[in-house]
Order: sequence, then C-alpha cells, then structure tokens
Amino acid sequence: MAVDPNLKSELQKQGIFVMPVEFLYNWSRKSSLWPIQFGLACCAIEMIAAAAARHDMARFGAEVFRASPRQADLMIVSGTVTKKMAPQVVRLYNQMPEPKYVIAMGACAISGGPFKDGYNVLKGVDRYIPVDIHIPGCPPRPEALLHALMTLQEKISKQHLNEVSWYDKNAPSEFPVPQYGAHDLEPPANPKVWEPPKK
Amino acid sequence: MIPPLEQVREMLSAGAAKSSLLVEREEAVAVAQFLKTDPQLQLDFCSCVTAVDYIKQDCIEVVYHLYSVALKHGPVALKVRAPRALEQCRMPSLTPVWRGCEYQEREAFDLYGVKFDGHPDLRRILMWDEFVDHPMRKDYVPPMDYEWEPTPHAETLARAKQTGGTVPASALEAKK
Repeated sequence: MAVDPNLKSELQKQGIFVMPVEFLYNWSRKSSLWPIQFGLACCAIEMIAAAAARHDMARFGAEVFRASPRQADLMIVSGTVTKKMAPQVVRLYNQMPEPKYVIAMGACAISGGPFKDGYNVLKGVDRYIPVDIHIPGCPPRPEALLHALMTLQEKISKQHLNEVSWYDKNAPSEFPVPQYGAHDLEPPANPKVWEPPKK
Repeated sequence: MIPPLEQVREMLSAGAAKSSLLVEREEAVAVAQFLKTDPQLQLDFCSCVTAVDYIKQDCIEVVYHLYSVALKHGPVALKVRAPRALEQCRMPSLTPVWRGCEYQEREAFDLYGVKFDGHPDLRRILMWDEFVDHPMRKDYVPPMDYEWEPTPHAETLARAKQTGGTVPASALEAKK
C-alpha cells in the first residue's frame, strides 16, 4: 500500500501520480458536495449567508444547492424540525442517493434547542436519521457552517471503500418514516439510530 | 345582554376605541355585522383572532381584535365565550364577516378546540389531522419525549424528574 515518499516524488516529476483508488473516490466526493436546497427556520438564513458572496461556500465545492433530493449528497437540516415536518425530512433523506451525509445545523436540529419543551418540536433530528456533523449555536454563524463542511470533508477523506455502509447489502438504506399519531409521532424515535441516554 | 347597538357605538366612540365588548354567542354575528358596517365605527379589519383558556371559570374566550382602516382607529376587542367541554365548545364563525379570520379561527380550533359554526373550512392548521388534543388548553399534558436536562421551566423539571426524563423504553420496545 504505502509507496516510498521519495519514489512517489520522483514519479510525480515524471507526471505519474501514485495513490490508492479510495483517495480518488473520497477526494472527488468531498470536493463536490451538493446540498439539498432545504431550509426549516432561521438557521436557513445563515445557511443562505454562507452560500452567498461574503462567505462563499463555493470555495469548498458545495455551492450547487439542488432542488431535488435525487441530485443531492448532503442534507443540511437548518432549523427547528417540527413533528409535523419530521416525516417529510425522513422521506427526503430516503430519497437521496448514496453516498449521503447529514449536517444538523443549530440548537433546534440537534436537540430541540430553546423549544425543547414544545409539544410540536422534534427533540433532535438524530432521532430518525443518522447525523454526521452537529453544529451548536442559535443560529450558528456562517463560519460555523463552513467549519462543519470542512469537518465533514475530513470525515469523507477518511472513509474506506470496504467499510462504507452503502456497499453493505445488510445495512439499512431506507429509514422508517414516522407516522402521525393521536398524541405524538409513532414511534417517538428510531431505536436503530438513536437510543435515550443512560441515566 | 349587551346594551342596544346605538349605545355600543356611543361607548366605543367616547372611549376612543380602546375598548372591549363581551357578547353572547348568539349575538356575535349581529354585533360583528354592526361593528363592520356602522358608518361611525367601520371596523373593517380584523387583525387578530386568539383564544384564552379560563380554566377556573370553565370557559374559553375567543378574542377578535378589530381596527378601522377607513377611520384609522382601533383596536376594539370583541370577546365571545364558550364552555370548556369539547362538545359544547362552539360558537358562530365570524369568517363570513371578516374574511381574514379564516386561518386564525382554524388556529383557535386547532389549539383550543373551539368549533366555529359556519366556518368554510374548519380543519387543523398547525398540528396534523390525526392529532386529537388541543395543546394550548391548560389541562393539556404533552408527551414526555425528551431526555432529562436542567431547564428553567419548573413544571417541566418536576415532570422530567418524575419520569426519569427519557423516552420510556416501553414506547420504543412496542414499535421495534
């Protein structure tokens, strides 16, 4: 696997680049993350600011906000997820093709935040879908979103092709969409993704 | 009983329209029509419809805030009361008088359980259709679906400590 750095450097001078295949895969994935165009609350405004001229998410290859989940790799859950909206969020996530990543942006998306006591607020989107990066803040500054994006890119560059879930036939590719119940969503959480913290 | 409508006009004009009217359910539509069409009042704009749960007096009060765009005065609060029991908690809709009441009466129906007779499309607006409770009523008990953490809300804290503050394992087991 490992190539002698001197040899590598000598080969590069001749225009020959030696690298593992998965480096190429990961590099192309992390350099062109297309987020789904999807905002839920005030965090979405910060997300828009991060995409606009001043902060310019295009520098990290993530500026093409897609209006269809079929064309997106990255879901930025930006804002309060109400219980009425939660099934739609899970459905959108299911519709995204693999490989897909999730950033939970802001206090509400990671835990319910200031509205945690609310009867119609989901206490963290990670109860139903797997989240890669959590960003705290209310709302997080655009810099925080850019940092999350860079952290996600680091995470992607460390993926191993023989370990990633989307090549594993037994790994779940679709997550159950919660149903509207008489008093609450049913089930209140997906036990395969999330479990209550130990007392 | 409310005083005759002419007296209402005098009261509202004298009180520089910072007034409120508590009317019986049966009279609500007639009073609303009068407030809207009377040339000296012309309360043509309903800016807000909300409800208050008076649990001790066993009634739910729906409050309409009325302004006059034509005469630039207001607000006048028009209040209508109904008993708290869900079957009797109904009153005539004022959407036929002020078209803008439609969504706000739906909200009062959704969150307080007030049924508005004559409303063109009385459905839940914020909660989903399968939901059965009315969460802004004071006797509503929300589902305990979050882990314990310190909170400034004393009531929530007490409840969280009582239940251990996590999603009950039984709720998760049942749906596996």
